[in-house]
Amino acid sequence: MTDAPAQEGPDTTGTGPLLRTEGLSKHFKIGNALSRRLLHAVDDVSLDIGDREIVALAGESGSGKSTIARLLAKLYKPTSGEIYFQGQPVSRMRSRADTLHYTGLVPMVFQDPFSSINPVLRISHGVLRGLKLHRPELSAAERMAEAERVFEVVGLTPAAEVLQRYPHELSGGQRQRVGFAQALALRPKLILADEPVSMLDVSIRIGLLNLMARLRDEEGVSILYITHDIASARYIADRLIVMYAGQIAESGPVEEVLAAPKHPYTQLLLSAVPDPRAPLDVTAETDRGEPPRVIDPVPGCRFRWRCPLAIDECHQATPVMEELEPGHAAACFVAQAGAEVKAF
Amino acid sequence: MPDPILQGPVLEVRGLTVEYAMDRGTVRAVDDVSFDTGPGEFIGVVGESGCGKSTLLFAIAQLLTPPAEITGGSVTFQGRSMVGLTDRQLAAVRWKDLSVVMQSAMNALNPVKSIGAQFKDAMRAHGVTSKSEIDGRSAEVLRMVGIDPVHLKSYPFQLSGGMRQRSMIAMAMLFTPDLVIMDEPTSALDVVAQRSLMVQIKELQQRLGFAIIFVTHDMSLVSHFSDRLMVMYAGQVAEFGPTRQVFDAPLHPYSIGLLDAFPSIRGPRLPLTGIPGAPPDLARPPAGCRFAPRCPKVMDACRATPPELYVAGPVQVRCLLHSPDQNLRNENPPPGSATGSVTSVAAGGPGGNVATEEGSADD
Repeated sequence: MTDAPAQEGPDTTGTGPLLRTEGLSKHFKIGNALSRRLLHAVDDVSLDIGDREIVALAGESGSGKSTIARLLAKLYKPTSGEIYFQGQPVSRMRSRADTLHYTGLVPMVFQDPFSSINPVLRISHGVLRGLKLHRPELSAAERMAEAERVFEVVGLTPAAEVLQRYPHELSGGQRQRVGFAQALALRPKLILADEPVSMLDVSIRIGLLNLMARLRDEEGVSILYITHDIASARYIADRLIVMYAGQIAESGPVEEVLAAPKHPYTQLLLSAVPDPRAPLDVTAETDRGEPPRVIDPVPGCRFRWRCPLAIDECHQATPVMEELEPGHAAACFVAQAGAEVKAF
Repeated sequence: MPDPILQGPVLEVRGLTVEYAMDRGTVRAVDDVSFDTGPGEFIGVVGESGCGKSTLLFAIAQLLTPPAEITGGSVTFQGRSMVGLTDRQLAAVRWKDLSVVMQSAMNALNPVKSIGAQFKDAMRAHGVTSKSEIDGRSAEVLRMVGIDPVHLKSYPFQLSGGMRQRSMIAMAMLFTPDLVIMDEPTSALDVVAQRSLMVQIKELQQRLGFAIIFVTHDMSLVSHFSDRLMVMYAGQVAEFGPTRQVFDAPLHPYSIGLLDAFPSIRGPRLPLTGIPGAPPDLARPPAGCRFAPRCPKVMDACRATPPELYVAGPVQVRCLLHSPDQNLRNENPPPGSATGSVTSVAAGGPGGNVATEEGSADD
């Protein structure tokens, strides 16, 4: 599949998306020698992320969103499919220098700010080390100046003083800002943010979300924002990708997807978001199902067991993404047949 | 089913104070908290991490371990004081009249025992020995929470996160208690599972008539389910009142800030600010109002005078803006600050129509 990637799309010229995946899959072997089975964590995912764009990747736990982040960060090797970054296939970047270059352009910010920073070293350690590794041309003084610059960008001031502190002296929100500062020091194009605010208190979250929007607007960074919180996705994201059981169910501009969700699962997800401003009917029929663990899947839509609209076709073939409105696509036979989808 | 109207409160908490004896000094994690819970009532307790909400709940259930200790106040459950009961006396009450559902079902359930065996333990501890009775009741409570009774033979690891939480709730229902205390039972679940569990809890409550004290950090989660809402900040009650009232017209600047910190999936996309700063160190709380360092409406008096809980209509609120003492709130609050309606307080205060002309212009 890597024979002629250059012919597969027009993006090798540099005008295409910043990052694009094609049929990306990751399967994990589970069980023992007697019962070898395959868990399809991510199956046939094609997505793209543009310049200066925040793309939210939403879905239930176990839907494969974190696996995608790890694939994009080169922490996992894909089972099949390819990632193209600025038009270049990532699987071809095998040397240490190439990998360092790529991971500097596409760094990751983790979910838990309490376990992702070394507790016995000063805050400056992580950011200076990243700079030494990824930007070896800088002198020690330049590295310190750059560290102070990024700390100020993310709102950790006075930067020189905060850099000298230890992690336990910072709050959860400040630690997560350290994570973004470390990523930013590498002059990234795309930050992979895996649930960066889910462990933070409500009153702190907004500050981090605002920071992410500012990084896009002022620093020109794209962000893949992985979350299960649709409301925060709407708050900062340009586009929304909804995942279900390892596959993309729906994608499109965030306002369009929320205003007119095409996939029954997206509708279920939206109906479950607690909204203090909306009236609630406790007696309303709610879904009691659970997301499947996708082990040795058979063809068919993976949502069909929970879907009130499932038709015969959904049991026989796996729906693929199809554009229903400009830029707004869904993998649902019922929606693709042009029917009005109103499942939840 | 008990008639909720004819009985007194199930639980009375008066001036409850809990302190942790730490090396760096005494940390007062719960400071003078008082409230009643009526039969069949659903009380939501919300606040940020470290605000004392879980400590409050542990104190009510008498689950505190050193260095935490109740240093003041009383907890009266069904007319008898819970503070100072021996372990044996507590054991007789627990599960039967009062049960607790913990945050992490994976840690609360015994991983090497089947669900059925754990139900059996709880029932035998309270003198139920008949096998048919145990089997019958175990199957019944599992069915109540929407789990097939075949899972009595399952071990916790064989169940999904949602099913584990539901089986914890089933276990809490074994004896049809009068009060169920829940500590963030849905926080490990995603939105869809979370909502279906909340609806199920509410249905069970309506059917069986038990009271609930539900602790969560997610204010929007309880918005449709609780009767009254307590907002805690730095160990104290900041605001306490009917849930709808607190959501529609929050009085405490902290409640207002919390509500404004939630982006919505409907309506216009507005820029939000959250609440700047961080909660205070409870070993050295600020001299005046504990929220003053973060408060957008702070006045000079706030930094010196600790506010009490003032009554404003159906709501109690710990904020000098709602003090009946006009001298304390007469300083001009910043323009545009909407304090909601405090007419009942203002009418009681001397010459008090100060706040009435401010409309409730919250968005």
